[in-house]
Amino acid sequence: MVNTNLNIDIHHVTRVEGHGNITVNVKDGKIEKCQWSVVEAPRFFEAMVVGQKWDVLHHITSRICGICSIGHTLTSLKATESAFGIKISPMSSKLRRLAVHAENLQSHTLHVGYLILPDLMGVGSVIPLASSHPAEVNIVVGLHKVANQMSGLVCGRTTHPQRLIPGGFTKYPTKDELKALRDKLDGSWGDITTVAKLVLSLAGKLPNFTRETEFIALTSKDEFALYDGLIGSTDTESAPVERYLEYTNEYLVPESTAKYAKHARKSYMVGALARINKNYDRLSPKAKEVAAMFNLKPVCHNPYMNSVAQLVEIVHSTEDSIRIIDEILADNSYNIKNTCVEFKPKAGRGFGGVEVPRGILFHDYTYNERGFCEKANCIIPTNQNHANIQHDMEALVPQILDKPKPEIELTLEMLVRAYDPCISCSTHMLNVKFKE
Amino acid sequence: MSKPRVAIFDFAGCEGDELQIVNLEENLLTLLGHIDVVSFREGMKEHSDDYDIAFIEGSCTRESDEARLKEIRKNAKLVVTIGACASIGGINCLKNFRDETTVRKEVYGDKYEMYETYPARPIDAVIKVDFKVHGCPIDRTEFVNIVKSLLADQKPFVPNYPVCVECKKNENVCAFERGQTCVGPITRAGCNSCCVNEGAICWGCRGLVDNPNENAHKEVLDKYGLNLDELKNKFKLYFGNTYQEK
Repeated sequence: MVNTNLNIDIHHVTRVEGHGNITVNVKDGKIEKCQWSVVEAPRFFEAMVVGQKWDVLHHITSRICGICSIGHTLTSLKATESAFGIKISPMSSKLRRLAVHAENLQSHTLHVGYLILPDLMGVGSVIPLASSHPAEVNIVVGLHKVANQMSGLVCGRTTHPQRLIPGGFTKYPTKDELKALRDKLDGSWGDITTVAKLVLSLAGKLPNFTRETEFIALTSKDEFALYDGLIGSTDTESAPVERYLEYTNEYLVPESTAKYAKHARKSYMVGALARINKNYDRLSPKAKEVAAMFNLKPVCHNPYMNSVAQLVEIVHSTEDSIRIIDEILADNSYNIKNTCVEFKPKAGRGFGGVEVPRGILFHDYTYNERGFCEKANCIIPTNQNHANIQHDMEALVPQILDKPKPEIELTLEMLVRAYDPCISCSTHMLNVKFKE
Repeated sequence: MSKPRVAIFDFAGCEGDELQIVNLEENLLTLLGHIDVVSFREGMKEHSDDYDIAFIEGSCTRESDEARLKEIRKNAKLVVTIGACASIGGINCLKNFRDETTVRKEVYGDKYEMYETYPARPIDAVIKVDFKVHGCPIDRTEFVNIVKSLLADQKPFVPNYPVCVECKKNENVCAFERGQTCVGPITRAGCNSCCVNEGAICWGCRGLVDNPNENAHKEVLDKYGLNLDELKNKFKLYFGNTYQEK
C-alpha cells in the first residue's frame, strides 16, 4: 500500500555528530516536501582566526571538530606551511601519513562499530549490543582502543593533538614505541576479519539504492591519496589544491546553517566511497580482498555502501601503517631529536587539502608579513555532502513510499548516517520530520 | 537503589568531550553498569526527558537555545558541564572580541541575517550549573573520578593550583625556557600538564585558578623578556569569558 498521506519529522537525527533534521510531507500521494536540514548553531571559525598568529591557528581550527581534530590540525598546518614556503622533512611526512591513518582507523571504527551496526542489528544503540553480543562489542572496543593508542602516540593526545606543529612535530615516537604499535596493528587482523564477516552477514540490510552522482577525492599516481595529492573527480580532470574553489562552489540555502556545494553536477559526494571510487587501484592488497568480499567496485553509486568503503579503508590504513612503520624501523638515520624544520613567517596565501575520515577538507589562509592571519576559509567534507544527501532523499522517497512509516524513517536516517556526517564541523545536522 | 538516569546534551561545540566518554573504551562498559543512559543523541536513538543527571557539552551561542537549556535544568537534579566550551565559554568566545556584524558577514556574506548568533557564553551564564568538568577536551580519568564521586553523593575533587605544579612533577623543561609563552602559571591543574608533556605549551583550557597569582606570572614574563601582547592573545583563547584588559 502506498502512503497517500505521510508526515515524517525527524527532529535531530540520532547517532550522528551534530544536529540535523529530516522532513517529509506527502499529501494525496504527492510529495510536497522532502528536506534534509542542518540546524547546528553556527560557530564562525573563519572569523575567529582573523588577527590570530600562525602558531595558534592549528590549535583553534582543531576545535572545529572533536572527531576529526587530527585532520583539521594537519590541513591547517599544510595551509600555514604552504603560505610560508615550509618543506617538512621526509620523515615528518611519513609520520603525518601515519597520523592520517590513525584518525581514519579511530573514526571509521567508531562509525561502523558504534553507529552503523545498531541499524543493521535492529537496535537503537550499541548499549544493548554490549549485553546481547558481548564478544563482538569487545572486539570493536579493542580495535577502537588500538586506533586511539596510535593517535596518542603519533599525534600526542587522541583528540586535539599536541605534537603536530608547523614545520613538523614537537616529538617523534621512539623506535621501541613504533615497534610496539606495529605489533598491535599486526595483531588486529583476526579482529578486523571478524568485524568484516559480521558486516558481510548483515550487508543485506543495506538498502539497494542507486543514484548516479559525481565523486571527488584527492588522487595521486604514487599512493592511495590521503595526506597529499591533486583534487580528483570521477567526472572531470584533476587540479592542484590551490584551485579548490573551482570544485567546491559553496552556496547557502535557507533551511541549513551549513553551506552546500556543487561541481560538475547538481551535487557531489566525498568520503571513503568517493576515495575508493576514484583510487581503487591503489588500495592495499588486503583492502582489495575485503572490497571483493562485498563486491565493491568503482564506480559504486549506492551511498549506503560508504560504510562498507570505511571498512575497506580500515584494512587499507592498517596494512599501509605497518608498511610505513617498517620503513621507519629500517631507517638508521631516524633521529627523535630532529623533528621540526626552521622557518620564518612571511606574507602570503597558503592552501591545505587532506582526506580526513569524512572526505576532502580544505583550509585556505592569508597571512600578513608578521604571520598574523588576515583571511581564512575552511571547506568541510560534510558541507560538500549536504546537497548530495538532499538529492538522494528526493530520489529515494518515491521508491519507498509503499513501506510502513517506521521503515521509511529508518531508511532515511540510515541514508544520512551512511554519509557519517560531522555536523558540528559543517556546523551541525540530522533530524527526520514527517508531517501528517 | 535504582541506577541514576543520565542524559548527555550538546550545544555549540566540537563534541570532542562526548568522544572522550566513548574513548573510555572498556571502562565505558563498566560505567554503563552503574548508570542508565536515557538520552545521548550522538550515540543512541532513544530519548527520554526523565533523568537525574544531565551532562552538557558546548557553549550557548544563540538566544533560541536558552529555552532548551532551561528545560534541561527543570528536568535534571544535577547539571554537570563537560569541557571548556560549556564550563568557561572556551574557544567559541574568540568571536566575542570582534564586531558581531563583521564576524557574521565574513562567514555568511550578505545572507548573514539568516544565521542567528549572540556572544558565546558558558552554560552557567544561562542556567545554574552544579558541577564543571574542565578541559579541551576533558580528561577521561578525571571524568570517571568525578562521576564516581557524584554517584557516591560526594563533592568531586578539583585542584585549585596551577598547571605548573603538575608540570614540574612531570619534569618537563619549562615552556618559557624553550622560548615559548605559556599560560600554565595561572591555569587550573588537573590535566597532568598533558599538553606540555607532548612538547606543546599550556593553552589555558581549564580556565583560571580561583586566585591567579598574576604578579608571579608577570615576574616570569619579565624574567624571560616576553611580550605582554602575545600573552594577552593567549589569554583570549580560553579565558575569553572572564578575561579583562588590565
